[in-house]
Amino acid sequence: MHTTRKRNFSATFALLPTWFAAIVVYIGTMVWSIRLSFTDSTLFPSSNYVGFAQYVKLFSSAKWLASLHNVLIFGVLYVGGCLVLGFLLAAALDRKIRFENAFRTIFLYPYAMSFVVTGLIWQWMLNPTLGIQASVRSLGWETFVLDWVVNRNMAIYALVLAGIWQGAGLVMVIALAGMRGIEAEQWKAARIDGIPVWRIYVSIILPQLGPALAAAGMLLAMGVIKTYDIVVAMTNGGPGNSTEVPAKFIMDNLFGRQNLGLATAGATVLVLSVIIAVAPFRYAMYMRNRPKGAA
Amino acid sequence: MARTHPNGPRPTHMTAGRIGLYAFLVIAALFFLLPLYAMIVTSLKTMDEIRLGRIFALPETLDISAWITAWSGACMGTVCVGIRTGFWNSFAITVPSVALSVFIGAVNGYALSLWRPRGASVLFGLLMAGGLIPYQIFLYPMVRAMANIDLYNSLAGIILVHVIFGLPLVTLLFRNYFVSVPEELCKAARVDGAGFWRIFFEIMLPMAVPMIVVVSMLQFTGIWNDFLLGLVFAGRDNLPMTVQLNNIVNTTMGERTYNVNMAATILTAIVPLAIYFLSGRWFVRGIAAGAVKG
Repeated sequence: MHTTRKRNFSATFALLPTWFAAIVVYIGTMVWSIRLSFTDSTLFPSSNYVGFAQYVKLFSSAKWLASLHNVLIFGVLYVGGCLVLGFLLAAALDRKIRFENAFRTIFLYPYAMSFVVTGLIWQWMLNPTLGIQASVRSLGWETFVLDWVVNRNMAIYALVLAGIWQGAGLVMVIALAGMRGIEAEQWKAARIDGIPVWRIYVSIILPQLGPALAAAGMLLAMGVIKTYDIVVAMTNGGPGNSTEVPAKFIMDNLFGRQNLGLATAGATVLVLSVIIAVAPFRYAMYMRNRPKGAA
Repeated sequence: MARTHPNGPRPTHMTAGRIGLYAFLVIAALFFLLPLYAMIVTSLKTMDEIRLGRIFALPETLDISAWITAWSGACMGTVCVGIRTGFWNSFAITVPSVALSVFIGAVNGYALSLWRPRGASVLFGLLMAGGLIPYQIFLYPMVRAMANIDLYNSLAGIILVHVIFGLPLVTLLFRNYFVSVPEELCKAARVDGAGFWRIFFEIMLPMAVPMIVVVSMLQFTGIWNDFLLGLVFAGRDNLPMTVQLNNIVNTTMGERTYNVNMAATILTAIVPLAIYFLSGRWFVRGIAAGAVKG
């Protein structure tokens, strides 16, 4: 008993900084922010509680509503696009091809770069006067239009394009790892039954990759809620409000507009949406793992 | 090719289906490579050539003046010192942040998986939940707290912030690694009289070198690529490269110098890209390990 207590002392001591970070930084600052969202704080925190007034103001703000709408469109298309393209790339690489390593390296490299870099690259590619549009027009297709970054109806799709370019490789890596784990017996059996290759991928392999793809999708979805850098670099929210996103709305109100109460209300809504998004997934994982008796 | 594929050997003849497969791969490769190509050729052109609007054309003459300007003369607002200060700032921020967070992550993973002191699972749960929360909810109180201890807008401050917000990922990766270490190893060392720290430094740390490499790479690219935390916490004198890059490109007055912008963009991407291309499989292992946390 004596040794147990001693060994636990060292381990507990070693974990103290992390305990401090978890309780003071994670929980403490979150509680502080949530508290601020119920006050009328502007430039400085105030302790004048106003109930849900900031939330009412938030949800009557056209900019906030636009940013929610935008992030929803972006999120669905970006996560969906990454999953589809990533799965297709993985399936193609799984077909015993030449130069597999080279292809894989090419598909994944954007994931190593900053969102700021990705945003700037695509801002340049989609530049209406000097980018792809100008090049295609000079080839003779005079009416070709690719003005997404300056067109308020299309700007959000420019973000989706850049996002998929960066994120599809991640899904590819995860899906490919899953495909390599599929037993040769299953392949033999399916081939003997004469099932075409594409059906094998859709009906046999895809369901088995479900958990891995769900994890990848989850990772990307978390990124969607945090989307900030790529928007700042590529469109800075414009044209108009067409690419405003919640994380940027919060940052602008926090540091630009000195609107603490509103910003923290927005941040609280973001945290709630993460919890709502994660909870069912976590619950499913928990239920799946429970029979194993893990703590 | 010693590796055997689960679905049989590589076919030796070309069919229509195989041609379609390669066509898909080549088109996909073009989609991924063209932006990088456009960026490189743009950075080597003069502005006169860029104004012709042929983004994919090779430069007529190789002009590296844009690279020199990007490195040492590009303007952020009225200050024209290029992106080199950001480059060194990013190193000054990233290297200590990575070293510290890898060390703390290793200690955490080791303590949480092989010693399991009271409250270990609670702490781990807190960290995993914290890792999912958007930074925006932490920012304002963090700024105030850092200002109170005189660390706001300082190098030490931004390093501390990176270490704190890196805890969930590094702890998770090391914990998953040490969980697979046989407990008998730890027990035997304990019987021999070794304590917590001695077992850590003499047995566990040397054993965990592969994980240390993976986590270091992951943290290095992650912190180098950070924009939000650097923008808020680093302060004007320590702004990381990503923030300076955005300032150079998006806040210039007058005509945009696209060649300089693209050179600066490549310079910002070059360090993580070098890590990626040189480390190959390690990087892939890292992101695969980081992804399973779901």
